[in-house]
Order: sequence, then structure tokens, then C-alpha cells
Amino acid sequence: MKRLLAILLCPLFLTGCSADWGWYVVNPGTKQGLTNLKFLLGGLQYTVLLSFTAILISITIGLLIALPGLSSNGWLRGFNRLYVELIRAIPILVLILWVYYGMPQISGLSISVFWAGVIALALSDSAFEAEIFRAGIQSIDKGQYEAAHSISLSYGDTMRFVILPQAIKRILPALGNQLVYMLKMSSLVSVIGMQELTRKANELVVTEYRPLEIYTILVLEYLVLILLVSAAVRWLERRMNTDERH
Amino acid sequence: MISIDRVSKFFGEFQALNQVSIEVMAGERVVVCGPSGSGKSTMIRCINQLETHESGRIIVDGVELDGSREALNAIRARVGMVFQQFNLFPHLTVLQNLTLGPVRARGLSEPAARELAMHYLDRVQIPEQADKYPRQLSGGQQQRVAIARALCMEPGIMLFDEPTSALDPEMINEVLEVMAGLAESGMTMICVTHEMGFARRVADKMVFMDHGEIVETGPPDRFFENPESKRCQDFLQKILHH
Ligand SMILES: Nc1ncnc2c1ncn2[C@@H]1O[C@H](COP(=O)(O)OP(=O)(O)O)[C@@H](O)[C@H]1O
Ligand SMILES: [Mg+2]
Repeated sequence: MKRLLAILLCPLFLTGCSADWGWYVVNPGTKQGLTNLKFLLGGLQYTVLLSFTAILISITIGLLIALPGLSSNGWLRGFNRLYVELIRAIPILVLILWVYYGMPQISGLSISVFWAGVIALALSDSAFEAEIFRAGIQSIDKGQYEAAHSISLSYGDTMRFVILPQAIKRILPALGNQLVYMLKMSSLVSVIGMQELTRKANELVVTEYRPLEIYTILVLEYLVLILLVSAAVRWLERRMNTDERH
Repeated sequence: MISIDRVSKFFGEFQALNQVSIEVMAGERVVVCGPSGSGKSTMIRCINQLETHESGRIIVDGVELDGSREALNAIRARVGMVFQQFNLFPHLTVLQNLTLGPVRARGLSEPAARELAMHYLDRVQIPEQADKYPRQLSGGQQQRVAIARALCMEPGIMLFDEPTSALDPEMINEVLEVMAGLAESGMTMICVTHEMGFARRVADKMVFMDHGEIVETGPPDRFFENPESKRCQDFLQKILHH
């Protein structure tokens, strides 16, 4: 991964010497550059917090929506389909605007930018999580249910101790993909003023007039963040697999 | 102990069981055989409600299986089952496979469940495998773990659905030995199997099924020496001479 980064960064710094680039704007050697860089990186915690909170909630909702989708009851399955189709049809940006500006008018409660972002991202992602869980649970052999039935496990215990641990191991790569997707989509929450990475970059561009350098830094921020997250997910997958072999 | 009375079962249009009736006494060992697709699995799966029957009555241990949740829970606590494909939980160790039911369904404490599990692992003669995962065991060992897992629920009745059919030949005997030991201890058993040596040795009653019907039942001597129906004769011919 280090080598990959080096290759990606190399042309940037080569061209960075030419007259078209003005890296001074984020040069940590200068006082202003350092302040700017800190300003940009100040958005990182919000991007991370927003995405991780949202994915935890969306995984929970996704699971709760997936289970009725696996029922033999047609109404429950219908509910699952309706939810998934409906949520999937709404663009994330539209959902963010609706939750932040629209929802307070119905509920009468004002909502912080952060939680509006979390709710919108989580809702939007939950439809995908529901489909991932459904496929994962369906991939488990029906003999596992029969064995659980034969030792008198309740539905809840069967799911908790037998089916989900196996299903989650199988869908871990897909969940990792969703997390990466979430990190990227969190940039949209900048439109309602969330001070995450993209918003910070936008604000700095307005004062410094150096969109090329600042957005390049923004690209790199997402790149590094997502490569780290991907590596962590792969590490987790490996660990879960070796668990079983020893 | 088990009374099956004129039970029929359909899968869509297809009739898998046709007016099946059979009585099994406490402590009785019944061996069921018959060609593939004849409804053997379906019949024993109706006993622990893995399948539900459409007509007829099934009474197990005084409880009528009427489709109610109470009957279902009462029955599956008393009936253990061993599957052809073992169906062990691959993500749990042998010990965890055995203690899950006792802890979650019977309310035993962890230490009590572990003690129980080790007792039954001893009985199926693989106590040293307690901390391994199923995939690290041979087929015969896995099936013995599956038997121990069922026994940990301390059922009054054990159902076996072709427990040795998925095993390599050299592992069949170790599983049959465990089953014979169980039969000796007085367990009520219904075994679907084509191991006729085992059947002669332990069965009190033989049952032959074909096309969803019980064609012939009887004590093993008469069943093997002198089967009445042509279908049963042909079937025995085929499996005994090969
Ligand atoms: N879930 C099911 N859906 C449809 N048909 C089934 C199902 N289970 C069993 N059958 C059919 O019922 C018949 C009896 O099956 P089974 O009881 O498994 O036979 P056996 O165990 O004697 O080989 C077979 O023809 C099989 O195809
Ligand atoms: Mg069968």
C-alpha cells in the first residue's frame, strides 16, 4: 500500500514544482500553510464520526429490515420490499436536505446538522445493508436451522448464536464496501454546513483561491482514509478466518 | 411413546406420505429402510416437526402435534435428531456445539453444561477433541459429536436420518458402535439406515417404506428371512447382495 501511495503522489510533487501549482497554501513550513493544513484536517474527525455512527445505525436498521424479508409471512416480506425499494429510490443528497430542512417542520423539533447527516446517511444506506444481510443469511445452509430446531433453540437464539455469526463472516467484505461508500457519501453532508473534510476544503478555497491544491489535498485525505479503512477490514477478515482454523 | 396414525403429507401436488401409521413403544428400536425418495426422512421429520403433516394424528410422549407452538416446544425438547450431513455449527468448537442447547434452551449454567458435554463426549469416545472446530475432525468424529450434541438435551427419543450415508466406509462402524451402545442403554430410537447388519443386531422392529407408504413392518427375523411383499423382497435383494 505504501508503494501505491508513493506512485500516486509522485507526479503531484513533480508538477508541484512548476509555476501552475501553488503549494505554499498548504506548506507546513510556513505559518499560514500550517494553519490552513490544520484547518483542512480539522474536518477529519467529523467525517469519521459521521460515517461510523451512520454505518452502525444503518447496519442495525438493515438487520431489522432484513429479518422480515426472510419470513414465510407475505405481509412481512412485502414490508421489507416496500422499505428497500422506497429508500433506494431517494438520492442521498435529497434525503439529507429533506431530513435537515423538511423533517423539523413535521416533528416540530430542530435537529443538529450532525444528526441530520447521520439519519440521512443511515436511512439511505440501510436499504443496502438489508439486502446484504438478506443475501448473507440466505446463503447459510438450511441444515443449520434444522440442527438449531432440534436442540430447541428459539428463533432469537438461532439467529444470534448460529446463523448471524456465520452470515456476518460471509458479508464482511460487503459491509466493508458499504463503509467505504459511506465515508465518500458523507461529503454530501457539507451542503447543510457540516464541518467535515469537504466543507472545510470548500471554505478554504473561498478565502485562498487555490482550488487545485486544496481539492488535491482533499482527494488525498479521502484516499488515505479509505485505504486505511480497507486495510483494517481486510485485517478483520483474515483474523476471523484464522480464528476458525486454530 | 410415539403414535403415528394415518398421516399424510404433501409437497405441493406431490404426496410424500400416504396414510402412514406406526406405533413405537418406550425403549423400542425401530429401523426404517426403503428406496430413496420413499418418504423415510419426511416421516421422521414429522415427529420433531421439522415438517408438518396435513392429515392424521401424531402423538409423542402424550403430546399431540396439533401445530401449536406449545406442542412444538414440548416435543423438540424431548426428541433428539441426528442428520445425514451432521449439521454441526462450523463457527463453534465441539464443546460450544454441545453446550449451546443446554445453556440457551434448558437453562443450565455454563459449568454444568460443560460437565454434561464432557460426559457425552466421553460416551462417544472423543473427549480429547473438545476444543477443536468441526472441520478439524474426520466425518466419523463429526457425526459422533452430532450424536453427543443431541444427547446433551437428554431426550427420551432419538431420531437418526441416514447417519452413516455421508461417511467414508472405514468410519461407518465407529458411528454404528455408538448407536448400538445407545440402543443398549434403553433409548427409544428410530433409525433410517441401510446398514442391515446394524439393523439385525439392534432393531426390535423393521419398517419398509416405498412411495410414501409403509409397505411392511415386523420383527427383524421375519423381516429378513421371510418378507411378505414383493417390493420389500426386491429391495432387500438389492441391498443385501452388493
Ligand atoms: N421440501 C420438499 N419439497 C418438495 N418435495 C420434497 C421435499 N422434501 C422431500 N420431498 C420429496 O418427497 C419425497 C420423499 O422424500 P424423503 O422423505 O426425503 O425420502 P427419503 O428420505 O426416503 O429418501 C421425495 O420424492 C422428495 O423429492
Ligand atoms: Mg432421506
